[in-house]
Amino acid sequence: MTDQYLVTLTVNGEDHELLVTARRTLVDALRHDLHLTGTHVGCEHGVCGACTILVDGAPARACLMFAVQAEGRDLRTVESLGSPDSPNDLQRAFSEHHALQCGFCTPGFLMLAEGFLASRPRATKAEIREAVSANLCRCTGYQTIVEAVDDCASRRRCAPDTTEGEATPEPGQNDTPRPA
Amino acid sequence: MKPAAFSYHRARDVDGASELLSQLGGDAKLVAGGQSLVPMMNFRLARPRHLVDIARLDELSHITPDGAGLRIGALTTHHTVETAKARLGGGFAVLSDAMSWVGHVPIRSMGTVGGSLAHADATAEWCLLAVLLDATVTVRGPDRAERTIDAADLFLGFYTTTVEPDEILTEVIFPRPAPHAALTEFAQRHGDFATVAAAVDLDLDGGTVRGGRVALGGVAPVPVRVSAAEEVLRRGGPAGPELFAECATAAASAIDPPADADGSAEYRTNLARTLVTRACEEAAHR
Amino acid sequence: MSTTVPHNPEPRFDVDGTWVGASVPRREDPRLVTGRGRFVDDITLPRMAHAQFVRSTVASGAVEEIDLTGTRDTPGVIAAFTAADLGLGDITAVLERPPSEFVPTDMPVLARDRVRFVGEPLAIVIAEDPYTAEDGVEAARVSYRSEQAVVSDEQALAEDAPLVHDNAPNNTLLDVSMFATDGIDDVFADADCVVRVDARSSRQNALPLETRGVVASWDDREEQLVVQTCTQVPHQVRTVLARSLRRDERAVRVVVPDMGGGFGQKCVVGREEIAAAAAALRLQRPVKWIEDRKDALSAAFLAREQHYDARAAFDADGRILALDVDIVCDMGAYSCYPFSAGIEPLMASSEMPGVYRVPAYRVRGRAVTTNKAPSAPYRGVSRPQHVMVMERLFERASRELGMDPVEIRRRNVITTFPYTGVNGVTYDPGTYLESLDLCEQLVRDEGWYDRKRELAREGRVLGVGYCCFNERTGYATEAFAKRKMTAVPGFDISEVRMDTTGAVVVTSGTLSHGQSHETTLAQIVATRLGLDPARVKLHQGDTDRVTYGWGTFASRSATIGGSAVSLAADRLVEKLLHIGAHMLETRPDNVELHDGGVRQRDDHGQTLSYAAIADTAYLRAERLPKDTDPGLTATASFDPPGDGTFANATHAVVAELHPGTGRVEILRYLCVEDCGIVINPQVVEGQCRGGIAQGIAGALYERISYDEQGEPSCASFIDYKVPTAGEIPDVEIHHLETPSDLTENGAKGVGEGGTIGAPAAVLNAVNDALRPTGIELDTTPIAPETVQRALEESS
Repeated sequence: MTDQYLVTLTVNGEDHELLVTARRTLVDALRHDLHLTGTHVGCEHGVCGACTILVDGAPARACLMFAVQAEGRDLRTVESLGSPDSPNDLQRAFSEHHALQCGFCTPGFLMLAEGFLASRPRATKAEIREAVSANLCRCTGYQTIVEAVDDCASRRRCAPDTTEGEATPEPGQNDTPRPA
Repeated sequence: MKPAAFSYHRARDVDGASELLSQLGGDAKLVAGGQSLVPMMNFRLARPRHLVDIARLDELSHITPDGAGLRIGALTTHHTVETAKARLGGGFAVLSDAMSWVGHVPIRSMGTVGGSLAHADATAEWCLLAVLLDATVTVRGPDRAERTIDAADLFLGFYTTTVEPDEILTEVIFPRPAPHAALTEFAQRHGDFATVAAAVDLDLDGGTVRGGRVALGGVAPVPVRVSAAEEVLRRGGPAGPELFAECATAAASAIDPPADADGSAEYRTNLARTLVTRACEEAAHR
Repeated sequence: MSTTVPHNPEPRFDVDGTWVGASVPRREDPRLVTGRGRFVDDITLPRMAHAQFVRSTVASGAVEEIDLTGTRDTPGVIAAFTAADLGLGDITAVLERPPSEFVPTDMPVLARDRVRFVGEPLAIVIAEDPYTAEDGVEAARVSYRSEQAVVSDEQALAEDAPLVHDNAPNNTLLDVSMFATDGIDDVFADADCVVRVDARSSRQNALPLETRGVVASWDDREEQLVVQTCTQVPHQVRTVLARSLRRDERAVRVVVPDMGGGFGQKCVVGREEIAAAAAALRLQRPVKWIEDRKDALSAAFLAREQHYDARAAFDADGRILALDVDIVCDMGAYSCYPFSAGIEPLMASSEMPGVYRVPAYRVRGRAVTTNKAPSAPYRGVSRPQHVMVMERLFERASRELGMDPVEIRRRNVITTFPYTGVNGVTYDPGTYLESLDLCEQLVRDEGWYDRKRELAREGRVLGVGYCCFNERTGYATEAFAKRKMTAVPGFDISEVRMDTTGAVVVTSGTLSHGQSHETTLAQIVATRLGLDPARVKLHQGDTDRVTYGWGTFASRSATIGGSAVSLAADRLVEKLLHIGAHMLETRPDNVELHDGGVRQRDDHGQTLSYAAIADTAYLRAERLPKDTDPGLTATASFDPPGDGTFANATHAVVAELHPGTGRVEILRYLCVEDCGIVINPQVVEGQCRGGIAQGIAGALYERISYDEQGEPSCASFIDYKVPTAGEIPDVEIHHLETPSDLTENGAKGVGEGGTIGAPAAVLNAVNDALRPTGIELDTTPIAPETVQRALEESS
């Protein structure tokens, strides 16, 4: 039961081979094996959303998935967005609208919003609020988060190269990774 | 909040999954979306020794019209159903609409229809819809043995079903369209498990109700049909406040809900009345 | 006196060179929006081991045996220690009060012979990873002789109650009657109107989204224990670590990385931080402990469980004549350090009269101990509760007297300043009446009163509620000393240092964990020096870098920390001018700051950049004036005079009650606030909104209850209902600006106000809506069932 499994995780477009126990959650593997510490851990039972990442384009709780399950999936974390020198439009909107204070929940909200807007580029503000209600923030009172996402969505709609395609999951056919 | 140790097995297809379950015995659990099982594992409230991952079984991810009815593969996500409204047509739009009550966006994108039915939370939308619409589920056992279970016989008690540990729930079949059905809920906080959930399926003839079904979640260990309320609908009458109120009152009088931190029995009874009324109204307006 | 501050999204750098008042983009954001912040759990050190705690499963009992054999045999487990193994000193908060008023109680780092709440740590398990650490915890066997748990204040105070602490009779840790105006009983006897409110608030978790956590390691070169921990009070943690581990403070360095919120829960010293540090020393390996959510919900510091029995006497014109209050706070199993179990009752006793002219006042405040997780300060400390009680008293009086609820407040709020109240507190100028008037006007202009009437005809149930309150935001040493703490917070120290390039580093004893100090304190320094804030870098949260400080709590950072920073910057300015004048070969009074440098007043062409002055101060010290030390550093401390400064606000809530479900829906939330000079409008509004969300959470959603055995009800976020974007409404904020004369920058502090005002405003709106039913609700949170029943009963 303490067998280690050799798995390949595709994170932000890069493949990483790692050796994990079956029980290692995806978020722990991302944070502590791949040292992608931008994804945070807030509750480990799927409610707070601090660990939200994109799995095959859709927002998902990285605490409710084991690393072994994530093989063959396209995983995206906050590190795939912009950098401090060149944040992406959603990150800029969060900053402009003061949609973060302590910043602990922020990566989760960003990935939630990225995934949501990709599938629902024409979402109304009410729909955005509904989507944003998936995650917990203790600092902002949410208003500015909703405003930031809404503002980013409108700007993306105005931009000429808006893509409305939704990433479709491509389930693999792998067998159980081999115990190493 | 780290789960206890377990071994991981990834199934290639339903037969393979079935074989794994047979081999591994009672200590094995299936995992698909993991939205119910993994939280319980992280709390160590569930501690399977083996986890059989069926998330890759494409054969179980489908929405298939079947004569007048609809078959939904167990691995279809809530999100897929939610966004399939146009494809489902008016007869099954209730399924798409009900998905907005399932947790939140990330839960809906990972959680599956089969997982929800197998988890058997008494307030879960799929459990309620199955009971309301006389769905059957197909399960596959060892040696490719397949059987179907009527929704009415599926749920045994809190988080307990008649699906055997070595069986896999593969599909749910909704036998007939429900063009005038609706599901509604109340939870104090957005996206939470319902304190009480109500679903109604009306047989409408123009503006006249000629029968219907009423199901409630959160008022008993399993989702229940409320025959007293259905009797009101069977007697029929104009689809309007009077009949709906009578139906709701009958539903409220027929139940003996449990009490917990979210509300007393009396409160749940009142909620049932409110929500049955609301569901009737929404169903009639479809 | 009052002006409305326009929201200014663009940084302002006007002729005075002021950055104060501008929504300067946050310095913190680039790293936080890209996932490059560094929180405790992001830290990994070589050979780092992971800790978890064996915790009590009973609320009260004698510990018979802690058997760690199975734990130590668990694969991956490195070690497991009990109290006996580590021999650590206890954590004890003391007030200098007679035994009849205060009983100090020792909180052991790990419980020894008895346990006092479910979740109390008994042993620390160290393993190679967090998974095996938890396996090791599971393998521990603890046997208890379970005893009757004390789970409510009534039970605690009952005559034959079991004692939580043997040395605390009646389970009372603090019993102080702070004020009792002579003849107050006669005032009540003769009054036209006496109203009473019996109110309770439930136990809450401040709930920073980042749970508590620590990485402790030994540094051989520095001969120092390095404890990286998420605390609001690093120096106080250092003090307790040094005492408990019996080391010099020098040998302990506490460093605070990015912190995911605190809200008070992290402004006390946690036992787990000490135990993890002790384990790191013992094992000579770095040890990380990250509290999981289950433990955070049940075993972290909680707050707010209070019971008020309050009476107020009014004359026929609605003027308050007297206030008589009995406050009992259920502080749980232990006193927190440094504040003690007195934190809530003493705050309430001192501040209760609030914005009103109360001529006669009697108060008794008690802290009782129960078998629950101990209490710590939580954003607002008692003020959300006692303001709610005060506002309920006024609402009730307005009904008794047939008076408009805003009008009765108007007749009673303090309007002339400074005003010294019956509580001995002197209030600096504020806009109590103005904020009330403006808030009511906004509600009226938006037509809510008309809509409420119209919608009532359709059977819809709306209510309008207000809350007018103030908040002491610059709690000075003198003010805290009145509490008789033996560790008295108040002052802050800042150092400002300019390097040879003219860039500035500033230290502050405050500690940002969401409050945006890196931005706002830089704005202050940049304004004083006439520099771009981008050239000012703040250092906080490191006991080796920061001289001393009391951290961030009680809305003290902008007022006290900001003032210390201002003064230090001013001293640096003096030195810059002094050296500048010398270099320009002119009189010291003939130079001034200009555009990142110094220029001659009578000849603007004669200028020196800061870099040029700094070059002289460090690299060409032979050119310095003879009386001047080399280098460009300046240090200053600040402690607000007297009773400190008071921010104020009025909140208005329009709520709709849904009869079928009892749901309370907030249709409108308005906030008119006055925090003095606004340093950064966006930050101020963020604090207001976030605070209001937490106040609403307390009023309607969050509650930790205990069963008769002392088992807490909330093990998960399913049970503890932190509201989401689905519940928290948008908030419209209006600013009034009354500069404080008591702080160096005119600011008054704004961190807690939102949380203080919201419960009363929500409760009053609900009660206004329920008015036709004759039912009044005074207990928070208000459950939908309660509302539903109230509406049902009356219909």
